[in-house]
Amino acid sequence: MTAILEAQNLVKHYGDVRAVTGISFSIAAGEIFSLLGPNGAGKSTTIAMLSTLYAPTSGDALIGGHSVTRAPMQVRGLIGVVPQDLALYEDLTARENLTFWGQMYGMAGGALKRRSDEVLAQIGLTDKANKPVKTFSGGMKRRVNIGVGLLHKPQLLFMDEPTVGIDPQSRRAILDMVKDLNRQGMSVLYTTHYMEEAAELSDRVGIIDHGQLIALGTQAELTQQVGGHDTLRLHVGEDQNAERLAEALRGLPGVIQASATDHEVAVIVPEAADALAPIVAKAGEAGLKIKSVDIEEPNLEAVFLHLTGRALRD
Amino acid sequence: MRKILLIGFKDVTLAFRDRAALILMLAAPFVLTLGLGMVTGRFSGNSTSGVSDIPVVVVNQDAGDLGQALVDVLNSADLADLLAPTAAGDSAAARQAVDADEAAIAVIIPAGFTDSIIPPQGAAAADAVQIELYVNPTRPTSAGVVQAVVDEYLSRVEVGRVAGTVAVTQLVASGRIAPQAAAAAGQELGQRQAAEAAAPIRLQASTAGQAAQRFDVLAYLAPGMALMFLMYTVANGGRSLLTERAQGTLPRLLVSPTATAQVLAGKVFGIFLTGVAQMTILIAGSTLLFNLQWGDPLAVAALVGAAVVGATGWGLLITAIAKSPSQVSSLGSAIMLTFGILGGSFISLSTLPAWVQAISKITPNAWGLEGFTALALGGGLPEVALPIAALLVMGAVLFGAAVLLFNRQGLVQR
Ligand SMILES: Nc1ncnc2c1ncn2[C@@H]1O[C@H](COP(=O)(O)OP(=O)(O)O)[C@@H](O)[C@H]1O
Ligand SMILES: [Mg+2]
Repeated sequence: MTAILEAQNLVKHYGDVRAVTGISFSIAAGEIFSLLGPNGAGKSTTIAMLSTLYAPTSGDALIGGHSVTRAPMQVRGLIGVVPQDLALYEDLTARENLTFWGQMYGMAGGALKRRSDEVLAQIGLTDKANKPVKTFSGGMKRRVNIGVGLLHKPQLLFMDEPTVGIDPQSRRAILDMVKDLNRQGMSVLYTTHYMEEAAELSDRVGIIDHGQLIALGTQAELTQQVGGHDTLRLHVGEDQNAERLAEALRGLPGVIQASATDHEVAVIVPEAADALAPIVAKAGEAGLKIKSVDIEEPNLEAVFLHLTGRALRD
Repeated sequence: MRKILLIGFKDVTLAFRDRAALILMLAAPFVLTLGLGMVTGRFSGNSTSGVSDIPVVVVNQDAGDLGQALVDVLNSADLADLLAPTAAGDSAAARQAVDADEAAIAVIIPAGFTDSIIPPQGAAAADAVQIELYVNPTRPTSAGVVQAVVDEYLSRVEVGRVAGTVAVTQLVASGRIAPQAAAAAGQELGQRQAAEAAAPIRLQASTAGQAAQRFDVLAYLAPGMALMFLMYTVANGGRSLLTERAQGTLPRLLVSPTATAQVLAGKVFGIFLTGVAQMTILIAGSTLLFNLQWGDPLAVAALVGAAVVGATGWGLLITAIAKSPSQVSSLGSAIMLTFGILGGSFISLSTLPAWVQAISKITPNAWGLEGFTALALGGGLPEVALPIAALLVMGAVLFGAAVLLFNRQGLVQR
């Protein structure tokens, strides 16, 4: 297994802000690797360093054997970047955007035209190819944004939260496209704060928080960190104090962890079936009412909760 | 190189798809030219009337040939439709005529004018004696026309004098004439030249045809407006650099295999190309619609190129100073208006105080307008060499300053 990417202790400070505080990981050729973490964790900053946009404060990364700090031009030829925020010319049509960006990657003539057609079909915009991007819906713009990133068939594609703020249908299409690209041999670095996306797509996942990787491995490896424990999500009414409920449950035997967010308390327990009755009883004792309960098998969300005591979502 | 061109072409496309920009780049200068043209009566009566019968008071206190030659030029048949010269006995009377609004301008040729250019035999070279132009501020366009005729005449004389000196020096050096005879030979050459000095303007008036004879007020208004809105175009082009930074396309360019210098060069080329396209459309449009003669096409093209270079320099400097696209816009509008006024787009520069005229030299408008007026009067490349050189130097200096500022900030925050 050869590594297409190897990040070596990347650090990035913006003035006083320590956005990334030392990240190391590698991506195997042909792999989909996800960086999973909440907003502000340092995902985009990591991508910016890996894609040669920002110089790291310290550390380095090798992509296809080339250093991002010492040989940025070689690196740029190997990678494709789908930035978190749309980066398109809204007054140009979808096709004109693809053509221009293709030219910036040294493509030209008939080959560029054919490849643009191919990508337009792939992102489902063949019939809208000659409409200005500014007339598109958010989901359509996102797809053009992705099309630009993969037009030149990069060996490694960076996708920074490509599904944020779009309808479920476009999201589904994008996830399927990522899997498709990967089957054709493209390696992908995918960042997200949606646990489900990381779970569906990735071979391996790095969990990032406060500029650091706090866990790294396959999903199975990661969920084992929570020891095969279940997560109970207790929903309480608007008038109830979730924090007080969490406080009360922490004393209960068998409760590994309890943390409150808004009107929800997440409780990690070895076995959901055994823990439910005592938890409901305890809540009653404390004078708090539980409206409903969700039971989750071990997942990445639980891993994050376990490691940080916080929920992944903002 | 290819990528630089492609980025530039992309920017031209974007500029011409922006409706608001199109209005300011093309519609506004046209409408203003049209409006100001109507005020001056350019479109009333017969369509090619323009300015005519400009009242000029001429005072000739010079005893030599060159003074008389200028009087002859002003009274020449070719300029008969354009100018209505009258002679005055002394400069006080001439100034009075202008103050009383009986004349648009007084041309006062002082005593010793000829001698200061061609020293008489045996005499040392005298100090330069200048022709005085006393301008009526309420008739800027008419006065500007006369001024241009006089400038034209003086530059012919100057060219002739230098050529004469060179010729005599060579004759002496090659031993064909003795040094003692040099002064006499120079004198003779000078006299012959004085007789010829008038010829070029007659010639120029007839080659440029009727347009030059009846100096068209639009030939002053149209370039003035075009140059003013050229400043809008370059500011808008500079703004696009900051817009691209904000909308993420600049970072996207910088992570493609395109060097930062290529990206910057492409953006600069885009601004330049948009400016040239705008000027070309305005010139072609006014030629077709208003039957306006801009003059020697080659010289016009060279001057357009140089004016856009100078203006692009300003656009870049504004961009380098500003922090956001909206700052570029407000700074750009302010400079557009200031330069428009300073550069003579509204008021003829000759009516403004000397210090304003001096400051106006930092604007592409003043140099450009000077050049376009000279070309409309029938001048060619030699007549606009100075404005072109000045504009190119201006562009180069401002470009250098902008690059220094960009380098300090970085194109994107890192
Ligand atoms: N250009 C910048 N200047 C200063 N701080 C920044 C900049 N970009 C990001 N940050 C800060 O760095 C941290 C990481 O941000 P980011 O990498 O965008 O996280 P993510 O993509 O995971 O949401 C955040 O605290 C953010 O506010
Ligand atoms: Mg981000």
